[in-house]
Amino acid sequence: MIPLIEREVVENKKWVSSEEVIDVFAAAQSMPGAIAINSSTFIGYKIYGKKGAIVATIGVILPSFFIIALIAMFFSKVQDAPVVKAVFSGIRPAIASLISIAAIKVSKTSIVDKAGLIIAILSVLLVAFFDVQAIFVILGGAAVGLAIYYLFPERAANILSNGGNEN
Amino acid sequence: MIYLHLFLSFMKIGLFSFGGGYAMIPLIQKEIQSHGWLSASEFVDIIAIAEMTPGPIAVNSATFVGYKAAGILGGIVATAGVAIPSLVLILIVSNYFFKFQDHPLSKLIFYGVRPVIVGLIFAAAVFVAQTAFLRQGTTLSGSMLNLLSIIDLKSIFIFIIAIIGLVKFEIHPILIIVISSVLGLIFTML
Repeated sequence: MIPLIEREVVENKKWVSSEEVIDVFAAAQSMPGAIAINSSTFIGYKIYGKKGAIVATIGVILPSFFIIALIAMFFSKVQDAPVVKAVFSGIRPAIASLISIAAIKVSKTSIVDKAGLIIAILSVLLVAFFDVQAIFVILGGAAVGLAIYYLFPERAANILSNGGNEN
Repeated sequence: MIYLHLFLSFMKIGLFSFGGGYAMIPLIQKEIQSHGWLSASEFVDIIAIAEMTPGPIAVNSATFVGYKAAGILGGIVATAGVAIPSLVLILIVSNYFFKFQDHPLSKLIFYGVRPVIVGLIFAAAVFVAQTAFLRQGTTLSGSMLNLLSIIDLKSIFIFIIAIIGLVKFEIHPILIIVISSVLGLIFTML
């Protein structure tokens, strides 16, 4: 979706420059929520203030909302049919493999040192096997970052200068 | 009242989800489970449909879960709920935010949060795999002998085929889903 947004607002409509749109995508990733929605909200805000932000957000949500609402209505009627059950019994394990591969890909860029590896392993264990709420684990990760910033300034400087690699 | 619960739950999800759709799955699953809105396999089916349709997985699953739990109005409030936190945040703090994201403190917070996102995506994979591999109506508990009888070997076969297709032959995810749905049909008929 990101390349589509870029083409529309930079090349087609010329609402923002290509430098601005890169900043928008970076900011959108560090905000909570879906990146595509955040980017649209940010761009709407840059072009026409609060009103722009609101209409851009509604605009980016509506198409998927209508598509999914239609599918959901249809799916509720057919979900107990034997053919549908058979199809989904095949799709479920494929989704498991898609997500596993996505997890491995993300781990290659997001885990840069031993501390990161430990945090990631702890998070999986806590959420998947000990039923801890994901929210607490996210806050825990943020707390680790805060603690390093305030308590271990040397380590923090090291992380900031080379992304956390030891030495 | 269910509308208020849907709205608040998805607002919570919108406020605490970083790193895209997959990382959101454990959060959504927790809310669905604690409110008893959907079964685990229904939720996995929704993830599958969200994967195959355009638009962000966050919006797609909010609409779908809301609809399944409480009809069209449920879909509307859940979708609004998931989008509102970041909309409000951007309206309020947008100007400060562009400055803050380059601040060392912000970088350190993400240094801690990024590996958690990885963990959440792996947890999502574990949840979906559990739902896909275990025979309907069974749960993971008891002895290893018990384990063999509750695991659906056909699902594991499809899982491995899908991994090979995605990694080795770089087949498009949508095509992988189509192939695996055909395999699911064939295995059911056998």
